[in-house]
Amino acid sequence: MMNVNQLQIKANEIRQSIIEMLLEAGSGHSAGSLGMADVFTALYFEVLKIDPSKPNNPNRDRLVLSCGHICPVLYATLAHRGFFGRNELKTLRKFGSNLQGHPHIGSLPGIETTSGPLAQGLSQAIGMALAANLNDQDYQTYAILSDGEHNEGQLWEAIMFAVKNRLHNLTTIIDRNNIQIDGYTEDVMPLEPLAEKYRAFNWHVLEVDGHNINEIISSLRHARAVFEKPTVIIAHTIPGKGVDFMENDYHWHGKAPSSKEAQTAIKEIRSLKGAIKSEHD
Amino acid sequence: MTELKFINDVNSNYKDELTSCRDGFGETLVELAKDNQDIVALSADLTESTRVEDFAKKFPERFIEVGVAEQNMAGIAAGLAISGKIPFITSYAVFSPGRNWDQIRVSICYSKSNVKIIGAHAGISVGADGATHQGLEDMAITRVLPNLVVLCPADKIETQKAVIEAVKHHGPVYIRFGREKTSQLTVNSSPFKIGKGFEILHGTDVTIIACGAMLARSLNAIEKLNGSLSVGLINMPSIKPIDKELIIDVAKNTGAIVTAEEHQITGGLGSAVAEVLSESVPTPIIRVGMLDRFGESGEPNLLMDHYGMGVDDIIAAVKRAHKLKNAS
Repeated sequence: MMNVNQLQIKANEIRQSIIEMLLEAGSGHSAGSLGMADVFTALYFEVLKIDPSKPNNPNRDRLVLSCGHICPVLYATLAHRGFFGRNELKTLRKFGSNLQGHPHIGSLPGIETTSGPLAQGLSQAIGMALAANLNDQDYQTYAILSDGEHNEGQLWEAIMFAVKNRLHNLTTIIDRNNIQIDGYTEDVMPLEPLAEKYRAFNWHVLEVDGHNINEIISSLRHARAVFEKPTVIIAHTIPGKGVDFMENDYHWHGKAPSSKEAQTAIKEIRSLKGAIKSEHD
Repeated sequence: MTELKFINDVNSNYKDELTSCRDGFGETLVELAKDNQDIVALSADLTESTRVEDFAKKFPERFIEVGVAEQNMAGIAAGLAISGKIPFITSYAVFSPGRNWDQIRVSICYSKSNVKIIGAHAGISVGADGATHQGLEDMAITRVLPNLVVLCPADKIETQKAVIEAVKHHGPVYIRFGREKTSQLTVNSSPFKIGKGFEILHGTDVTIIACGAMLARSLNAIEKLNGSLSVGLINMPSIKPIDKELIIDVAKNTGAIVTAEEHQITGGLGSAVAEVLSESVPTPIIRVGMLDRFGESGEPNLLMDHYGMGVDDIIAAVKRAHKLKNAS
């Protein structure tokens, strides 16, 4: 068990891995991956009932990454958690790699589904939650969704279904970072009022600061205790979090850093944006 | 009338015995589910007409109504399959795989999810509902998907066998059948296997390769030709994987092929046969099917005849194929 400070340090190590992976790959999605590092750290190092040495344990909690494009954060977190070697991270997006450009089930321990084309993850997570009910198993299923993904109709089909079937063993976390490829979500296709929309669909709704590890953990614990309803946690995040020139700039949604940019980024992450003065070049 | 020598068992009284493929599906699903607790069924608001109603009544805890939401249905099925279930997703072919092709591609086929897709009301014989509901492109869009088995059974008994084989096969399977009753041509002892076609009649002039409702029509066409040409008949319910060996074999024997399917002539059985032969034994092929058009409302048999899938169309195709062979 790690304390909050240790978890925060872990999240920053994961951010550093993300930058290194994206630099090596030469392409990929920087902003969302960095923005979700704290949520992934809270999930994989604190909340999920998982055992990296038994990735197929039938009673494990499931995590479905619906917005597959932010898989660098998933890969990096799984490696840091011990599901596979960290040396594999730099094969991201390369020929013959297990780290496909978008996650593929069976390619690596800990990857529960294939995703990429948006909005398919919540439906699959629902299937897993239904299977738990049918089999009388008490694992929890988590689905990570992006905000832009809510443009897709399939997601709303799934949102209605989860309530109809009272899937309290399902928790979704929305990466509310306000950007998508073409720009700000509210310009491309306004989502607000998002929380009210979910409430109107009869979900249990929580909103958290997606960079406050304590808050994230307590909301995830709270969600597990909700009965009769699925829970959505709207995690407000800063896309590109930890790297000044990437933060809140939608151009970094689908871009990887150059080697110079990566150097600056890693220095910022390691020094906590200059707070640590002893960091040398 | 010339006596026909059947190579595999068939029902010679086929024209008078009409059976329902969808009944065959519904009944078999219930039978299998009695012993196999992993089988679950999903419906997108078409429970009665796709014949999962009986399953829903007998196994309510394993029946999942998703509403009119075929994309979500495909995704939920993938999640269930990943968790060890054998989900059947049921709808009309125009909706599933029509509206949820991407979900079938990624969540089911790329993921090798053990999901069985039932496309009911396939073909123009849907009739009165009109072109919007006549699934004539489903084999084309499913046949291109890696890991997916595509089956088009001819009648009730063959549909039952298809469902049984689909459960035995670990991986995604698509089964399509029509709304209307079809002539019960196959019998319990007729062979059925994924990846195999079956010779019903041996011929020396032309061979017809047919699937679904067009199988009985093809036999009828051969009977009407009354021995004027020696025509072979292959039942090809497995559209993918397709029985290359048998197709090459009969092409070598007769040197002329006719394909017959209740589907667009592009992308379905005719295309699959042409792909096999053009790379092995280039052979004249005439495809009988929907001629790149949309249908309309009408009585099923009338529509089949009007849109080029009648018995006379098959006879004309056999003669054309024979002529092409002799011209080359």
